Amino acid sequence: MAEQPKAVALISGGLDSLLAAKAVMEQGVHVEGINFFTGFCVEGHTHAIRKKDHKRPKRNNALWVAEQLGIKLHIIDVIEEYKDVVINPKHGYGANLNPCLDCKIFMVSKAHEWLKSHGFDFIITGEVIGQRPMSQRRDTMPVVARESGADDVLLRPLCAKNLPATRAEREGWVDRDALFDFSGRTRSPQMALAAQYGFEDYAQPAGGCCFLTDKQYSVKLADLWSTRGERRYEFDDIMLLKVGRHLRPRPHFKLIIGREEGENRFLEGYRKQFTHLKPVTHSGPLALLDGLADDDDLNLAARLVARFSQGRDAEQVGVEIVMPDVQPRILEVSPLPPGDVQQEWYL
Amino acid sequence: MTEAVVDARNLLCPLPVIRTQDAVERMQPGDRLQVLCTDPGALHDIPAWCRVHGHRIIGSEQHDRNITITVAVGEKDN
Repeated sequence: MAEQPKAVALISGGLDSLLAAKAVMEQGVHVEGINFFTGFCVEGHTHAIRKKDHKRPKRNNALWVAEQLGIKLHIIDVIEEYKDVVINPKHGYGANLNPCLDCKIFMVSKAHEWLKSHGFDFIITGEVIGQRPMSQRRDTMPVVARESGADDVLLRPLCAKNLPATRAEREGWVDRDALFDFSGRTRSPQMALAAQYGFEDYAQPAGGCCFLTDKQYSVKLADLWSTRGERRYEFDDIMLLKVGRHLRPRPHFKLIIGREEGENRFLEGYRKQFTHLKPVTHSGPLALLDGLADDDDLNLAARLVARFSQGRDAEQVGVEIVMPDVQPRILEVSPLPPGDVQQEWYL
Repeated sequence: MTEAVVDARNLLCPLPVIRTQDAVERMQPGDRLQVLCTDPGALHDIPAWCRVHGHRIIGSEQHDRNITITVAVGEKDN
């Protein structure tokens, strides 16, 4: 090949994909990054919603990595297509509702589509054998290559020496001897390589970059499916699962109660779609009611919302209830005593 | 020169970046794109996206929650 070879790198924003892309760039390959937005990505949304997080430096780690590398980054919205990965994972879930193997297959297949439509030569990922219990095992890494359709155009530079040679190595686009043989969960080789490349600041995600690996989030998603009687979701559903306290005091309704100003403001955007409650005699949270509620249920909901207001110790709290297409009304209720808020209501 | 507007209000990052990217893809070098958004994260992310793709930010204003970012589309090589 007379022209400079071109590779597309899956950039998550973490250290491994940063190093994998850099290792290939060092060999004179033109690299561009690709990043997929599934709706379950941890960064971005949560930082933007919660006011207490506004003080944190806010950056999109994938974009930051692209800037460090000096490469273009293409961010692709896969929210709709990704639903099938979450709802019907062929290879099942991990410890929670995380379909990691199907997810990796999906992302590599999307990168492969992009590669073909943009005239690129091979795909780079930051995968390391043994790094993850589901998607990065010796027996599952060939599954990713095969089922994504990428086959040997998929190069994993950080552990390439532990795997059969790919097309990029056979064609001489990269020198296999200059790639790596990392394996296992240790991060030491990556940190040493980062130091060698001069990267001092990089994201160290604790607990992964996907909400589906989070136990509490998965409980809420399972509850959503169970109460709907079917496994489906819309984008707004999965956004709301990231926000507020979720309590289900009765099987037929749950409350999403803002925990602070930023969350209350975020929930305000959903007022037209949900019955919502807000204390009017005391400061307190906005709560969305998801489900069906009769007058007894509304009374219970109002007492719960009062419980989380500044009037929690007052005898009576006025709570406004606004239902779609119904005149708003105010209920005067006694806040639910702490002992009456049952632990199993919390999702 | 074409001027276009993208309404990314009430969307949280990275969606305003994605909407910007999709709009710029349909535009020509020298065109201008106004991005309306409400997520303060866009003030970091859209300029970062522009830097890596060779576009320029020529204006950035914030009034209360409303943010307007103006992008001058740069050269595109693929």
